[in-house]
Parts: sequence; structure tokens; C-alpha cells
Amino acid sequence: MKTFVCIKYVPDTSEAEVKVNPDGVTVDSSRFSFDINDADNYAVEESVLIKEARGGDITVASIGPKQSDVMIRMAMAKGCDQAIRVEDDRIAGHDPLIVARVLAGAIKGHECDLVLTGCMAGDDGHMATGAALAEELGFNHATMVKKLEILDGKVKAYRELEGGLMEVVELALPAVLTIQTGINEPRYAPIRGIREAQKKELKVVNLEDLGLDPNDVDAEASGVILEQLYIPEIESAAEFIEGEPDEKAEKLASILVKGGLV
Amino acid sequence: MMGNILVLAEHRQGSLREITFEMLAIAPQLSSDMGGEAVVLLIGSGVDEMAVKIASYGVKVLVIDDPLFEDFNGEKYQKVISAVIDDLKPSVVMTGHTAQGVDFMPPLAVEKRLPLVMEAIALEYTDGALKATRQLYSGKVNAIVAFKPADTYLVTIREGIAEAPEITTAGPVEKINTPLKEDLDYRKFVEYIEAEVGDVDITQSDILVAIGRGLKEDKNLPLIEELAKAVKADIAGSRAATDAGWISQDRQVGTSGKTVKPKLYIAMGISGAFQHVAGMKGAKTVVAINKDPEAPIFNVADYAIVEDMFKVVPKLTEKLKELKS
Repeated sequence: MKTFVCIKYVPDTSEAEVKVNPDGVTVDSSRFSFDINDADNYAVEESVLIKEARGGDITVASIGPKQSDVMIRMAMAKGCDQAIRVEDDRIAGHDPLIVARVLAGAIKGHECDLVLTGCMAGDDGHMATGAALAEELGFNHATMVKKLEILDGKVKAYRELEGGLMEVVELALPAVLTIQTGINEPRYAPIRGIREAQKKELKVVNLEDLGLDPNDVDAEASGVILEQLYIPEIESAAEFIEGEPDEKAEKLASILVKGGLV
Repeated sequence: MMGNILVLAEHRQGSLREITFEMLAIAPQLSSDMGGEAVVLLIGSGVDEMAVKIASYGVKVLVIDDPLFEDFNGEKYQKVISAVIDDLKPSVVMTGHTAQGVDFMPPLAVEKRLPLVMEAIALEYTDGALKATRQLYSGKVNAIVAFKPADTYLVTIREGIAEAPEITTAGPVEKINTPLKEDLDYRKFVEYIEAEVGDVDITQSDILVAIGRGLKEDKNLPLIEELAKAVKADIAGSRAATDAGWISQDRQVGTSGKTVKPKLYIAMGISGAFQHVAGMKGAKTVVAINKDPEAPIFNVADYAIVEDMFKVVPKLTEKLKELKS
């Protein structure tokens, strides 16, 4: 099984305040820690589980800056065999259709049975790249996959629908599956793996190296313009309980008890 | 036709999904701004009743009724909608941002080389340009995205951003032939698997103590269990809590889990991404504890504490025990 796993380097904003830069179209990410996108982390684990069960070879594909090599090496430490990182400022990263076109450029020309990627990125959250990539490659696809079984020339994918319902579909390979979080338990990279990962091949390429025409993937090529970012106003009608932590706790307890809420 | 919006009806296991009606609160006005009308496309098998129901909202319904569409199949939908776009040339194709919509809209956009905006929460047509508002970073940032001029714009709509409109004079229902004539051998629907039933049905709980990513590690669980015990609450959580294995799948609140309406919902370390809020905004009283003052969870809270949950929970439990004894 020749697998490609596409991963993205994203800021962790789960507990951080996000600020928009004066340019109005980017966020100030200087204070954020970056790491692999959550769902992509599960995709990496799934690719390694498949390799362990059936043999084969995994290539990491990613578009991102030099700093993201740390993330790529970590995926290789877990069992991915080689990597290709596309670094090119001309790519219109705000458009998932463009991102898919570039990733397809990195995969085309290689032998490939299966492509895994996260079903959603924690930063821009389009939920579009994987399915668009399938179309670019002419592969079958299933999105939001929470369980999968590789069969002979086929894959059985369990799609997570709303309300916890699962839709089981069977796809002929080659296929792209977008992986939902919770499909497995991502491992920590073993120490030995971390050492070995340093020796694995990490190719850094630009658009010309991939045979892509920059005019096909730049901002001009995108059908959409990111005009403005802004922080939505918190429209909270909440009573904010103030004070030292202990005071806050005591005040809340008394509100809940006196209000008959508990 | 210029200005027309093609709305794709969504249904599953014999029922129309709410997003279908929500889009009918958006599409007619927008299409009128664009100089056209809203038309609904219903793809299915034996869907006469659904067609009548949709038409009762005063829109024209195009029906493709064929055994080929007994179950949802993204590849089939893509082929059908692609052919319908060629035929009707709508200015906008609108679907729900759902497990269905995300499966066929991106490939359709690639196939037709059409611009796509995912998960719009608002759409506006001014001075000949269509603009969408969508969210980044789990709802912490809004983005205004403008479509460049194109024959057809593709957009998926977030669930729950509009309410179904009033029923009015019924629109016409028109059957059209399926552009897809044969079944596909490369993608097959196998079956649906219902969600597992767990030990506690959190949709019936009076009080829920809900945890999210902020719990950080499972060794912090006893702290939460003690609070839950003190107020006779059941424990629930966000997707992050399920993924981390802190709670079982059947206790997950949100679009891919349960929708709950308890008397009291205490959200701790939950940022309040749309997917979670959709499942708990019906709670009578919401308490939110989160250290990020900009956390979207505060939008739906009645009582809010901006603080590290670990600095608040032990004292909160202690005080609740004391006051209730």
C-alpha cells in the first residue's frame, strides 16, 4: 500500500486570544505555538496503522514554512518514510481548491493507492481540501471517516454523520479519505523513531519543481478574495462573575444554590 | 438563469433535514436581490411527500426521483448537480455545510472550475458582488470573502444560522429526468450504523457538567467527578473530550453527538466552537468557565467566569457541598 498523508502546520488557538494584523487579512500568530493540525495527526496515525498491518510506504505531503519541518520529522518518527514539503509564497493558501491543486501536484507522478488527510483544519476550517484533492487526482473519496477497513482493491469507510450516525461506504482504490478526530489514539513518537527520522528524506520543493504553473495557484487563480478578517463581537448577555478565583467560585456556588439551579 | 439560486434539499432515512428549511429562509431574499428566484432541487427515491412539503414554503421544487438515489452518494450527487448546472445555469448553488455537503461540493467546484465558499454564516449581494461571511479559528475570527465574478457560485451554509420561514402559497413541483442513468461501481452505499447507546442518556439529564480541551489530562477527571457528584449532575463534553477518551462517545454534545436541553449546563474548558454550541444552546441556564475572555462559549452563557478552571472548580465544589448541606 502506497499512502500519502497530507498534513498542515497550524497555530493552537484553543485557549488563546486571536488578534487581526493591521493588514486586515492575516492574524497575529507570533504568540501562538504551532503544531500538526489535530485531525491530520489522526490521519498520520491511521496511515502508520495501515502500514503496520499491511506493509507499504508512507509519504508525508505538506505545504508550509521551514519551521514546519519539526512537525514533518515527528510524523516520520512515528513511521512515515519520506516527505515532500512545498514552500512557495505564491500559493493562495486561503482557497482550499488551490491548496488541493498544489497537493495534487505533489502526489501526481508517484505511485499512490491511498491518500489520508484530516477532515478539517483547526485554523480556516473549510472541510474542503481532501475532497477537492480527490477530484484533482481523479480518485474516489469519502469525507469525515471515523473508521476504515482496507479490503482487496477497496476500502470500507465509516463516515461520521450528524447525531452520531455512521454511513458505511465502499470505495474502489485509489481513494482519498478525510479523517475525523477520534478514529484512533495517536501515538507518541518513540525515541528511536525520532533519531531515525533525521535520516529520512525530506524534499523541499517549489511550484516549478512540481511542474505547476504559478498562474494556476496564485491569488489571481483563486475564485475568491479574502477581503477582511475581524474579531466577532462577543454578544454575551452573561453576568461575568468577578474577583479572585476563590471569590468567583464562592459567588457562583451561591448563585446556583440560591437560584435553585442545583 | 441569471440570479437564480439552486438550493439542494437534504434528507436522510426518509426525512428532510432542518437545514433544507433554514436555507429557504436565506435563498429567496438573496435570489431576489440578485434578480432571480430560489429553486429547490430534491434528489431521492420515492420523495413525493418531501417535494410537496418543500413546495409549501412557496418555492419551485425540481425533483429527480429514481431508485438510483435511494441512499446518499456524494459521487452521484456531484454528477447530477453538475448536469443540472449545465442545464439551468443557476447563479448560486447552495447546500448545507453538513456531512453531505462537504462530501460533494469541493469536488464539484474542482470539476466545474467554479469558486467555492464553505460554511457561510451570512451572504450578501451588493453592487453586483456576492460576499460571504465565514468563521476561522473555531469562531474566534470572522472573514468576509468575496466571490470574483463567475457563472455560478458554490456555497455551503452552516446549520442553524436561520430559522425555517412560514409556510405560504405552495410553489410548483416539477419532475425532471435523472442525468445519471446507471449505478456507480466505484462508490457504494453499504449501510447506516446507529449511534451506540451508553449507560446514561444525557439528553434526559437535569444538570450536565461538561468538559472540553481545557481539562488537559485524564488525571484531572476526579475533580470534575466530584463537582458532578456534589450537584447530582451527569458528565458530558465536547468532541475534544471524546477524542481524548475522557468521556464515552454517547456523552458527546454537539452536531456529531447529542443535542441536550438540561436545566443547568456547566461548561468548563470548552471554547464553544459552533459544533458544540449547536448541541447545548437549548439549555435553560448555562454557566461557562474558560480562561480565554474571547471564548465564543460566553456568547451563550448566563453566568461566566474568566479563569483557569482548575483555580475555580475545587472551591466551587467545596462551597456547593457546604451550601447544600
